[in-house]
Amino acid sequence: MFVRLISLIILVAASSNASARLEILITEGVNSARPIAVVPFKWLGKGKKPQNFSEIVAADLQRSGKFSPLSIDKMPKTPSNSKDIDYSTWTELGVEAIVMGEVKPDTTAGKYIVTFELLDVLTGNVNMPNFDPVMDKRRSTITTSQLRQYAHRISDIVYEKLTGERGAFLTRIAYVAIDRDSTHPYQLRISDYDGEGEKLVLRSKQPIMSPSWSPDGRKLAYVSFEKRRSQVYIQDLYTQQRELMTSFPKINGSPTWSPDGTQLALVLSKDGQPEIYTFNIKTKALKRLTNNRVIDTEPSWTPDGKSIIFSSERGGRPQIYQVSLATGKAKRLTWEGEINLGGTMTPDGDNLVLVSRHNGNYMIAVQDLESGELRTLTKTQLDESPSIAPNGSMIIYSTVYQGKQGLALVSMDGRFKANIPANNGEVKSPAWSPFLQ
Amino acid sequence: MNRSMISKGLLIALPMLALGACSSTTDADAEAAAKLQAEQAAAAAKKAAEDAVQTDTIQAIELTAEEKLVEQYTSAILETTINFEFDKSVISPKYATILDAHAKYLVNNTDKSITVEGHADELGTPEYNIALGERRGLAVSTYLENMGVSASQITVVSYGEEKPVNLGHNEAARAENRRAELVY
Repeated sequence: MFVRLISLIILVAASSNASARLEILITEGVNSARPIAVVPFKWLGKGKKPQNFSEIVAADLQRSGKFSPLSIDKMPKTPSNSKDIDYSTWTELGVEAIVMGEVKPDTTAGKYIVTFELLDVLTGNVNMPNFDPVMDKRRSTITTSQLRQYAHRISDIVYEKLTGERGAFLTRIAYVAIDRDSTHPYQLRISDYDGEGEKLVLRSKQPIMSPSWSPDGRKLAYVSFEKRRSQVYIQDLYTQQRELMTSFPKINGSPTWSPDGTQLALVLSKDGQPEIYTFNIKTKALKRLTNNRVIDTEPSWTPDGKSIIFSSERGGRPQIYQVSLATGKAKRLTWEGEINLGGTMTPDGDNLVLVSRHNGNYMIAVQDLESGELRTLTKTQLDESPSIAPNGSMIIYSTVYQGKQGLALVSMDGRFKANIPANNGEVKSPAWSPFLQ
Repeated sequence: MNRSMISKGLLIALPMLALGACSSTTDADAEAAAKLQAEQAAAAAKKAAEDAVQTDTIQAIELTAEEKLVEQYTSAILETTINFEFDKSVISPKYATILDAHAKYLVNNTDKSITVEGHADELGTPEYNIALGERRGLAVSTYLENMGVSASQITVVSYGEEKPVNLGHNEAARAENRRAELVY
């Protein structure tokens, strides 16, 4: 049996690189995002620039839907230092802030010194002695392998300074890829949130489903059919160690990690219909939360960890409900739309992100929990598995794009969308990591 | 799903029922048997030369494993896919002959077991489709049990929308993917 397991599942060392790189395309323009200038960082070394920081930072800020980076050919100048700025030329362009920097080689080979500044154009233009236009200024020494990460770090800093909200650009996504030409077509992969740096962490001859991150970003829970039946596993991403959580008869599905990391909410149908349970990872204790003759599925935790959002057919067609862990009482949350599925509460607890069916089309939607107002964010027909960035600014989801299943990003306000097509097989079930630093 | 694909699947799935346990021999056994056979052949040849008449055998015409199954259980036994309407798990009456044939086979062969795989189309979320696939698998399981098959011979596994037979994203593809499959 052990040998069979080994032959069925090949764990891939974290260092191995999956061949394909995901690529982001902009599908929809931004109307009223804040204009910002991300000036190309000045390379002070010899030869080719090691990394185009400004491109990564500009793409990050644009994807959030909150900023509209000025294209380089429209910039009056490309300064790299706050000392030589003519603020009035930038004010005329309506630019609110400028990000600029310099990269130079360190005395140690393979290391770089990166300096960057964030400038408030309005303050600079007013030119009052007591008001410094420099909102942030930092210098770091980094290695070649840290270059991309550091670019996302700059985006995080800029985003937080300008919005007051923590940035989520230095995060990752886990997803299921299906490469039908492979001996092990079902693959669990992890990449940076923008699809770069893709790594394979598990591949199998049988389906893999529902990856969910532990709150510390170190482990994934998921469903594997490697034994020709559904089972819930936890895998440590740093050690590759796997641990079987549940293997009951019939469905073992939809694991989601509790905010405190001690429990999984999951779906079991061992006692009849699919029902929602909580499962203590350490003691293996099960607690059943739903009990009726219809389908209950897709549990997700509210950010306070006190209740669980789930989909249920108890009212006829599937709609979203919330059950309190303390009282066991359930209430219905969604009323609009033919069918609502896959609900998750945003980190601030104000909104519900879900899959809503209208006229037969499955689209990503967001419902204001106070007013009950439902807004659809996407216009495609087969959108599912929405996963929210840890700062609540963006949603990654699965869609069918040009006849293939792939991932897409939409900003929480729906203004910005980007496809992340897979050039290697089909991609689905994305899960956005928590903050990782 | 075409017919030849189903039969091919069954050819692999159903073990050759007619074949018994295959004999295993050691080298020593084989040597002894060969020696015995040679002695018998020599004796038979000697006897044949002395006999006034001589006889020989021809090979019997045997049915294939599938033909034998069809003879006993009708051609429906070779069909292994039950399709469903959108968002439904009700078994259409047109599949009765297929399920009846499999039920009869399982009742006659209580040592055999079957896995009913429930599948859904791509519409709706993967988690909901796992539940829907199980509902379809259970509908087939219940039908077989009502025909006298023991519950212990049946395992239901739902793969939801994870294993489509048609990779298209149109209604024709979805209709093919809404199914239960009988796997021996």
